[in-house]
Amino acid sequence: MKFKHLLLALATSVALVGPGLAAEFKIGLNEDPDLLDPDQARSFVGRIVFASLCDKLVDITPGLEIIPQLATAWNWSDDGMELTMDLRQGVTFQDGTPFDAAAVVANIDRSQTLPESRRKSELTSVEKIEATGDHQVKFTLKAPDATLLAQLADRAGMMMSPTAFNASGLDFANNPVCSGPFSFGERVQQDRIVLNKYDGYWNADAIHVDKVTFLPIPDTTVRLANLRAGDLDMLERLAATDVKSVKADPNLSEAEAVSLGYQGITVNIANGAGAGSPIGNSKLVRQAFSWALDREAINQVVFDGAFAAGNQPFPPTSPWYTKDLPVPPRDVAKAKALLKEAGYDKVDVELTVANNPVNQQLGQVIQAMANEAGFNVSLKSTEFATLLSAQSAGDYQTDQIGWSGRIDPDGNIYSFVVTGGGLNDNDYSNPEVDKLLNEARTNNDIATRKSLYDQANHILDDELPIIYLYHQTWIWALSKDIKGFVPYPDGMIRLEGVTKG
Amino acid sequence: MLRYIGKRLLIAIPTLLIVSIFVFMLQKILPGDPALVMAGEERDPQVIAFIRAKYHLNDPLIMQYFYWIGGALRGDLGISLRTNQPVLVLIGQKLPVTIQLAIMSMIFAFAIGIPAGIISAIKKGTIIDYVANIVALSGLSIPNFWLGIMLILLVSVQLGWLPASGFEMFTVDPVRSIQTMIMPAFVLGTGLAAALMRHTRSAMLGVLKSDYVRTARAKGLSENVVILKHAFRNALLPIVTLSALLFGQLLAGAVLTEQIFTIPGFGKLIVDAVFNRDYAVVQGVVLCTAFGFIVMNLIADILYVLLNPRMREGA
Repeated sequence: MKFKHLLLALATSVALVGPGLAAEFKIGLNEDPDLLDPDQARSFVGRIVFASLCDKLVDITPGLEIIPQLATAWNWSDDGMELTMDLRQGVTFQDGTPFDAAAVVANIDRSQTLPESRRKSELTSVEKIEATGDHQVKFTLKAPDATLLAQLADRAGMMMSPTAFNASGLDFANNPVCSGPFSFGERVQQDRIVLNKYDGYWNADAIHVDKVTFLPIPDTTVRLANLRAGDLDMLERLAATDVKSVKADPNLSEAEAVSLGYQGITVNIANGAGAGSPIGNSKLVRQAFSWALDREAINQVVFDGAFAAGNQPFPPTSPWYTKDLPVPPRDVAKAKALLKEAGYDKVDVELTVANNPVNQQLGQVIQAMANEAGFNVSLKSTEFATLLSAQSAGDYQTDQIGWSGRIDPDGNIYSFVVTGGGLNDNDYSNPEVDKLLNEARTNNDIATRKSLYDQANHILDDELPIIYLYHQTWIWALSKDIKGFVPYPDGMIRLEGVTKG
Repeated sequence: MLRYIGKRLLIAIPTLLIVSIFVFMLQKILPGDPALVMAGEERDPQVIAFIRAKYHLNDPLIMQYFYWIGGALRGDLGISLRTNQPVLVLIGQKLPVTIQLAIMSMIFAFAIGIPAGIISAIKKGTIIDYVANIVALSGLSIPNFWLGIMLILLVSVQLGWLPASGFEMFTVDPVRSIQTMIMPAFVLGTGLAAALMRHTRSAMLGVLKSDYVRTARAKGLSENVVILKHAFRNALLPIVTLSALLFGQLLAGAVLTEQIFTIPGFGKLIVDAVFNRDYAVVQGVVLCTAFGFIVMNLIADILYVLLNPRMREGA
């Protein structure tokens, strides 16, 4: 009994301390971010922290339009070879270093030259950058690049204090200094990242939170329990199966946005030992497999209907989605007919899936559906790092993998299907697709680009090197007293305008 | 005694070397390329080549091992691929956390397991014995993660007595530290308590039948003195051995428990390291754990001697 009293006393003391810290905001993350250096960082979850820590040259709207952030205006030369940007005045980094053209030049230079930089491929089109005024820079390109602005709306466009990165080098990640609304406080690996409001922020009036703590809590059930217990104010990536219970909880609210990425089945066409299977050799077999699947049923069964069924590298909500290729219904008869046309009665398919409960369930649903159309699917589940290595080495027949998505359509399609593309792990090659996608990435006219992507999507839908399945929905759960949160399809948490209590 | 301890610690050196070689080779057998994981989603070939060169991943295996062991002998366990932090720093951050968890779990385990074992031995065949056995077996069979989640839902969400997460170091905020550690320590402790209870019970049963206990009773000593002073002290020997072994189970359990209660300890460190193929961290943590095992077994052996005078001459 005494022990119970002690517990009660402890709980009360915690409760009493609570209200004093009203402006502290605690966010539960799905995993621990990697390096807090925009040039070295590689994880999706790290970008969520950067959204509060580092401003970018440009940002996006929820509808994916590019809007000003640190750059207030920009202008393309007629030949698309030069991009001139006017920079916001009166901005300082969190260490007091002024933000100006020289700082932007130093940042882009670091992204392009730091050996550890993961941003090189995003900035390959940039020949040089120069200051054309105190607050104006000019990018000169090697070739026209329609994707550049979108890259600058992400990590490649995040501006760090040159004073800080010159002094700390690679150690910048342990004490990052940017120009965003919050400055770095402390980090305990695998435990928490604390950011404090930066009073010198150029848009400080829009920030109503004094302190943000990011807490990595990998288990979704536990993450939600923490929110319910009041130990978190919001969490990202709520499990689809928990959406109903959160909606029913009067103390919680929920927000969602269909992501920019996709999930699908990559079919090994010609890469290494896994090539040469019937499904890799024949597009008819792939078409049959695709017709055998009920994408909406997969969404309902595995994700409680919270995600979006899909059949293209872009989600149906994207302005780039090819509308005359809607998500196909299931058609087992057609699938069987296609198999027959390809010369098969029964086809063996080995499908590798990541060894977590959700992906395994997904694999089993696919297995059951495809079985009815004449496919004998054997599931091979491996841990993710192994799956990635096997895919890269061509040691797989088909595997279920996805992509977190990029703002520009090029980022979702080019590297995966262009001949020799960096992420083309099935060695798919079609000169016509190459031509269309190369043209699309160099053309700044949106209507022309759209038409090029539509043409490419038609070919991909026929040849199916990747059988697209669904698009994840970012789901956030929030405590009821959090107001003003706006969901974005990039999955980021932007704290401008968010209030607590 | 000191010579004995010194000798035992010297024997530990080849053991650790063998462990290090073994773990190193095992990791290399693991499929999955660290450079591929570290390069990020884009997998830029330039970055992959750079990482392979920087961390000697292109060198022959034997060379890689010598790079590592060379550093380790100079007190440098390498740099974490994932976080760029020295492995020693990471271990220094996480080890105290897991030690705190281990101590608190052991307190729960002893406080529940030993009295339950003694009582069920004395009351053998009665309803109390059966109840204690059923409770102990449930403790053994309930998975840690399930019990952990249930406790969070009950104690944190429903009752609001304890925080569900938000661990703080003992040195920074001892009250908060203990608050956040009670549930995980209980979860880990109950599993161990069950094993302790079973062993205490059978050891006690064996001892209670022995001649000297009958003699003690015949001398007219009170039952409490007979049980606690004469019987229990001798029953302690197998319990001490078991406790040293349980330490290993404790670390294995900590991996899951730390994940659930988001305690930033050794378990979380090694899980993340394995999934990211962060070789240096895995290697460092395993070495450290192996050393911990050796020390725990040494302590057990010393305790034997202290508990059992007959063994003193041999030492």
